[in-house]
Amino acid sequence: MDFLTSGYDAYLESFFYTLMLFLVSGVLSLVLGTVLVACRVGPVAVLRVVGGWYVTIVRSTPLVVVFALFQFAAPMLGIRFGWVQVHIGTFDFTSFFAVAVVSLTLYTSTFVCEALRSGINSVPLGQAEAARAIGLTFGGTMSQVILPQAFRASVPPLASALIALIKNTSVAYIFGVGEAVAQMRIMTNNYASERPAIFLTYAAGYIVIVFVFSFFANRLEKHWRTA
Amino acid sequence: MHLMKTKAVLAACGLALSMAACGNAGGGGTGKDLAGKDVSCGDFTGRVAEICKAGKITIGVKFDQPGLGFKSATADEPEGFDVEVAKILAADLGIDSKDVKWVETISDNREPFLQAGKVDLVLASYSITPERRKVVGQAGPYMVTGQQLLVPADSTVKDIADLKGKEVCSVTGSTSIDKINEKGAKGVGFESYSECVQKVLDGTVEAMSTDGTILAGFAAQNEGQLKVVGDPFSEERIGVGYSKDAPEMCTFITDSLKKAFDDGTWAKAFEDTLGPSGVKTPDAPMLDTCQS
Repeated sequence: MDFLTSGYDAYLESFFYTLMLFLVSGVLSLVLGTVLVACRVGPVAVLRVVGGWYVTIVRSTPLVVVFALFQFAAPMLGIRFGWVQVHIGTFDFTSFFAVAVVSLTLYTSTFVCEALRSGINSVPLGQAEAARAIGLTFGGTMSQVILPQAFRASVPPLASALIALIKNTSVAYIFGVGEAVAQMRIMTNNYASERPAIFLTYAAGYIVIVFVFSFFANRLEKHWRTA
Repeated sequence: MHLMKTKAVLAACGLALSMAACGNAGGGGTGKDLAGKDVSCGDFTGRVAEICKAGKITIGVKFDQPGLGFKSATADEPEGFDVEVAKILAADLGIDSKDVKWVETISDNREPFLQAGKVDLVLASYSITPERRKVVGQAGPYMVTGQQLLVPADSTVKDIADLKGKEVCSVTGSTSIDKINEKGAKGVGFESYSECVQKVLDGTVEAMSTDGTILAGFAAQNEGQLKVVGDPFSEERIGVGYSKDAPEMCTFITDSLKKAFDDGTWAKAFEDTLGPSGVKTPDAPMLDTCQS
């Protein structure tokens, strides 16, 4: 276990990048996913079509292709993220991190949207009708009646989408982000004789993160069910 | 009985050789086919003798490093300095270079491929390190190189000190990334060197860093757009990987390399492959002795 005694800090630092990727793109995905689902179920036909196409196209594209588009094609079209320069201690969040967050967000938000849509479908139609009957606008109906119930009903599929996001952050390793898998590759190259242990140690890191996240998702689900 | 068997093998070797020689007659050009030498497989022992008798060998090389190990989408065979040295080794086993089976080995699968016997040798810009020698055998070095910088042709960057705190790209998981960080720059990793070159060309990063020989290949590929700068700030001893199950391989490789250093085939291979990118042919490196 030489790699852990000499590389323990590197191990933790790399998982910090993984967590940051997850937290930033997770929050943004929830926001964008909610906007998307509002488009998809809303009264404006154009938004419904645009939202539908967006979800269909992005959801069907492999994540690595989305990354490659932003990393290699976008600079040619003048879309760069060079202005992103956040430095916290030894951690750097630059254009490479920004590309990862944008790619992960655009991708994950489609799954968030569909998870929420399944939640909305579970809200009885009478709820929407009643909301409209008392004079609520579409915005009011969504924010005060439909979405709160939809969120409750869609906690399990939302949790699945976000767990997938945790693991999908690993794709960033080939696009310049020093997250867990990138660090793992450094270790497998430096400590050729300890590869099995290195793989297991990194897998354990992801498992811990997913376990903690699932625990809170379960608590939330139970809490809302009894509320 | 034993003698007859040996004779038959020798005859087979001879036949293979003459056929190989015929096949080579039509070839030509630099760094193409190399005919197997007239060798007696009985001079070898163990796995080396087996390969010699079988008349075929599987060698792992890289496919994405111009000048060292590179295979374009349209080519049938890889080319480069690593590949040429591999051909020299094969020839010393009496194997014509056309009978060499080339397998792509990336940095991650070199040890597993050797351990599993998927390849007999690895020549894939494979640095000799004590850690790797715990898992596989490494003979050589046949080249000593060091990490330099590849920058846009109009860049003012002179060496790694100019890049303190700046992002410098290389390949994910490589030792080059560690070295970049040690020198105060920030290493960012991509899947392959060509993607990293792309990021230098589009201006996302100011420089790329890895072994000078690899950079020279890319500079030659993008002539006028990129240049190699700075003194080497690391020392990589590039060697030949073989399985620990075949320790007799080491003596063979070392002898073969020694001959190639002495008779000029090594220098010629270097000039043919890395020469065009402007790298001067260095003196032959000191070979490690084999532990038996």
